[in-house]
Amino acid sequence: MDNESLNEPARLEINNISVGYGNVPVLQDVSFDVQHGSRIAIVGPNGAGKSTLFKALVGLLPLMEGEIYIHSLPLGHHLDCVAYVPQRGEVDWKFPATVADVVMMGRFGKMGWLAAPKRKDWDVVHKSLNQMGIEDLANKHISDLSGGQQQRVFLARALAQQPHIFLMDEPFTGVDSTTQEATLYLLDHLQEEMVTVLISTHDLNLAATRFDNILLLNRRIYGYGKASEIFTTDILSKAFGSHVLAIEDASLLVDDCCPPGDEHDEHKEGH
Amino acid sequence: MNWLLEPFQYGFMLRGLLASLLVGVLCAVMGTYVVVRGMAFLGDAMAHAILPGVAVSYLLGANLLVGALVAAIVVALGIGFFSKGGMVKEDTAIGILFAAALALGVAMISSINTYAVDLSHILFGDVLGVSSGDLWLTGGLGLVVLLVVAINFKQFMVISFDPVLAATLRLPAKFLRNLMLVLLAVTVVISLQTVGVGLSVAMLITPAATAYLLTRRLFSMMVISALIGAVSSLIGLYASFFFNIVSGSAIVLTATFIFIIVFLFNPRKGILVSGQ
Repeated sequence: MDNESLNEPARLEINNISVGYGNVPVLQDVSFDVQHGSRIAIVGPNGAGKSTLFKALVGLLPLMEGEIYIHSLPLGHHLDCVAYVPQRGEVDWKFPATVADVVMMGRFGKMGWLAAPKRKDWDVVHKSLNQMGIEDLANKHISDLSGGQQQRVFLARALAQQPHIFLMDEPFTGVDSTTQEATLYLLDHLQEEMVTVLISTHDLNLAATRFDNILLLNRRIYGYGKASEIFTTDILSKAFGSHVLAIEDASLLVDDCCPPGDEHDEHKEGH
Repeated sequence: MNWLLEPFQYGFMLRGLLASLLVGVLCAVMGTYVVVRGMAFLGDAMAHAILPGVAVSYLLGANLLVGALVAAIVVALGIGFFSKGGMVKEDTAIGILFAAALALGVAMISSINTYAVDLSHILFGDVLGVSSGDLWLTGGLGLVVLLVVAINFKQFMVISFDPVLAATLRLPAKFLRNLMLVLLAVTVVISLQTVGVGLSVAMLITPAATAYLLTRRLFSMMVISALIGAVSSLIGLYASFFFNIVSGSAIVLTATFIFIIVFLFNPRKGILVSGQ
């Protein structure tokens, strides 16, 4: 990280935003603040609008209402300080590119329109690959990777962007344990660098143990705070409805991860 | 060696050769994007959609290339207009506009009395009829296309691989997409002279598809594709001269032959090499 990023508060303010596809809002009246360098897990049932929130945060979806401020400036004023790690299925892995090519794409925001990659850019790329434990794959073609390796390529690319805010959409879904370990290690590293991290996940244990705050989302915010305050039978039942089974004092939540036709597919026709 | 030079003692053959090489390279470069972005249908549609533009400029006595270019750009932007907002799927919009433009073009040409000769030239190209004016126009447009590709190479790569990253990097994705469509339109129009409406999609996708079998990086794919495009044009033109075949067909068949050879024998996963 360069020095300026440490002096600037990486604070994210979301004020009463409504976002959706076409004229149909998926998220309504969502407001929350994220402190500099904190780690937020976004949980909620399928179709809750977790990916929609991320797409609004990177400016992919226009806001119907409300504002998003990053470092107290409206969204779009900081050109490259948000990195987004999408779900792996969103790109064509048969594209003619090597692992290093893809990670280098993360540098394009910091390079001139015409400029070729410089020594410094290659250094950042190799450091990012190294951090994700895939430096030996640098010259491999991306179609030859396993799912977990693809995920780590995306994480390395986001690292190469040197962002202040790091968004990850379901990084723990359908990956091998090596990738899960690498992702958790990355979370620790990002915390040391004071990078703000928001991830969406269906793994509630991980959300409770590895993150500072939980944002419980289902079209609107059902709760935002420490895991102990959010993961109560009362609040969970409201957000997840019939998926929560209350057994006397304890409650059991079945949060199925991504059955066919989850929220990411449902909204595809709107693109 | 004499027979190699023999065809080019005629001015029209030399012009034909230069035009074919230019088209071969240009189509191969833009075809790289067509192949990696899966836009083959759009490329084909654009070629056919040119017809009404050609007919109008013929009726007005204007340059056919200019008319074709206007028609191609109108159709490209029209596809964007109808598919915007997700009301109509993009390939549906392409199908509607391309058929409509083709029908309009045929209707217009059929109303022109002496259409027969010209229509076959438009459909299959007339490489030996390239005038020096056409050649200058083709060369100028071709240079512009290559220059624009060189300037936007990184950006085109990102919008082709990952539009979401393009948005995160705040690239003007919509502008770049439209720019790419316009470049494709220009390329298809230029290819009209040598391979015609019916075959220009082959010059777009066959060399690029062949190159994809040989390399897995965008830039080298583009270079190899351009090389295959140029070689196909050269060999095709010779074949056309010595065996008296229509030049467009000869060029496309050469490119197809190279594709088949590479498909069977390429070192990565050629069927005959891996023994499967």
